[in-house]
Amino acid sequence: MNAGDTAWILASAALVMLMTPGLAFFYGGMVRSKSVLNMLMMNFIALGVVGVLWVLYGYSLAFGNDAFGGLVGNFDNVGLEGTVGAVSGTAPTPEDPAGHQYPVLAFVMFQLMFAIITVALISGAIADRAKFWAWTIFAALWATIVYFPVAHWVFAFSSADGSVVGGWIANQLKALDFAGGTAVHINAGAAALALVIVLGKRTGWPKDTGRPHNVPFVLLGASLLWFGWYGFNAGSALGANQTAAVAFTTTTVATAAAVIGWLLVEQIKYGKPTTLGAASGAVAGLVAITPAAGFVSPLGALAIGVIAGVLCALAVSLKFKFGFDDSLDVVGVHLVGGLVGTLLLGLFSTTSVNSAGADGLFYGGGFAQLGKQAVAAGAVLAYSFVVTLVLGFLIKVTIGFRASKEDEVTGVDEALHAESAYDFGGLGGGGGLSNSVKPSGAHSAASLEESKA
Amino acid sequence: MKLVTAIIKPFTLDDVKAALEQLGVLGMTVSEVRGYGRQKGHTEVYRGAEYAVDFVQKVRIEVLTDDAAVDKVVDAVVEAARTGKIGDGKVWVTPVDTIVRVRTGERGTDAL
Repeated sequence: MNAGDTAWILASAALVMLMTPGLAFFYGGMVRSKSVLNMLMMNFIALGVVGVLWVLYGYSLAFGNDAFGGLVGNFDNVGLEGTVGAVSGTAPTPEDPAGHQYPVLAFVMFQLMFAIITVALISGAIADRAKFWAWTIFAALWATIVYFPVAHWVFAFSSADGSVVGGWIANQLKALDFAGGTAVHINAGAAALALVIVLGKRTGWPKDTGRPHNVPFVLLGASLLWFGWYGFNAGSALGANQTAAVAFTTTTVATAAAVIGWLLVEQIKYGKPTTLGAASGAVAGLVAITPAAGFVSPLGALAIGVIAGVLCALAVSLKFKFGFDDSLDVVGVHLVGGLVGTLLLGLFSTTSVNSAGADGLFYGGGFAQLGKQAVAAGAVLAYSFVVTLVLGFLIKVTIGFRASKEDEVTGVDEALHAESAYDFGGLGGGGGLSNSVKPSGAHSAASLEESKA
Repeated sequence: MKLVTAIIKPFTLDDVKAALEQLGVLGMTVSEVRGYGRQKGHTEVYRGAEYAVDFVQKVRIEVLTDDAAVDKVVDAVVEAARTGKIGDGKVWVTPVDTIVRVRTGERGTDAL
């Protein structure tokens, strides 16, 4: 085994794990103070649910041998069967005595974090109004019938000896997706659009749904996302190598350029650059460079970033024209940003950076790669949108997806979780004049008295 | 005895406080409030969506004074809080029946 590669993959997995709490704060700052805990919870529960499913059968469906006509992997690795002690990567050779092998479990954990955040991304579209358990059940089912299959198509590469057959986008179509522009961002963005249609607008939207309650949280969350994204993109090199360094560099420059792009649009359209815009621009750039990170030059990344920053800044206003309450712009940032990155890769990809990539239109490769990128993007978009729409409606007509109007107006934090996020008042020593009426474990006043005695 | 209540722009508070101290005013109560008059509010833009913020941050000062000093107190507040721009605030005076100092039980002007 190669210790350097293994260490980088494990560290990257931890970095990507941190993205989901980062996303929770990015989203949480944008909602009203009466629903911030619910927003954090919708993200955090993805760590819980997907973390369990991945071990039970998720990894197997995503990375098992091709099954069911190539839709999804088989059940060979259920319960992570066959992964403990196994190694993946390139075996040592006389020219490369160290080799590039790493434990399969390091890869299993790295990919788990991708599954978690993809599910969490969707939640921003339905802020303030979803029933918590309905969302949780949706998360489990969506991961199972949408994410695991799509991850199989995009991320599961066939083994060199042909003993394991991977997904069709990666191996037959040969579209490029370095770290998940299709499987993560287009996938989550299309699902978000479908859920917005299923759940409908928030009460009072667009006039009375409130401004972001904590913009510093938004910037803090975006910064954690940026930090974690180095694991997402540079970690997708699956080794501590040149490609990882390229991905690290392209991720940085694309994100920086997207911040500037978004702020310029705001300055020209509204006369002021905003903190929320800077945070949003960073995320738009990160999304767009994700599929391209290991396949484009630093200057190509700069172009992709600035284009994504500008287009996403313009796209977030479209929901008002179409009447969709995509509350936190999952479609405008992740679907649009994912499409921008996946398609621009067909123009900017170059084998001078990565021989495993391809030459795009600007590097003499003609339109061939762009066509493959479009097919991959369209397939993931269509599959995710249609299946999510059906799944969402099934949940809606069976257990119900939306919180009651009363709960929504009261605030889902209090109504669904019996908690409130903030108490900054001095009254009651900061306890907001609340007192414990039923201490934990004390079933009656009498037993409380007994415990005192 | 009178209660002088002033609604002022937050950044003028230090000047108002200094002016009142110079007059010998020994105490005041300050609270952060929101409201609007002719100034109205402002708008904020989040990802291109405009929000009207109708209620503007202001500071409310309350000062108890005896009848003889009330005009000086009002003038001092008005002078210190004035910028000449819309939204400078308002000052009003209300009669007070009685005042009690909690610590000693003193009443009336002795409690000032």
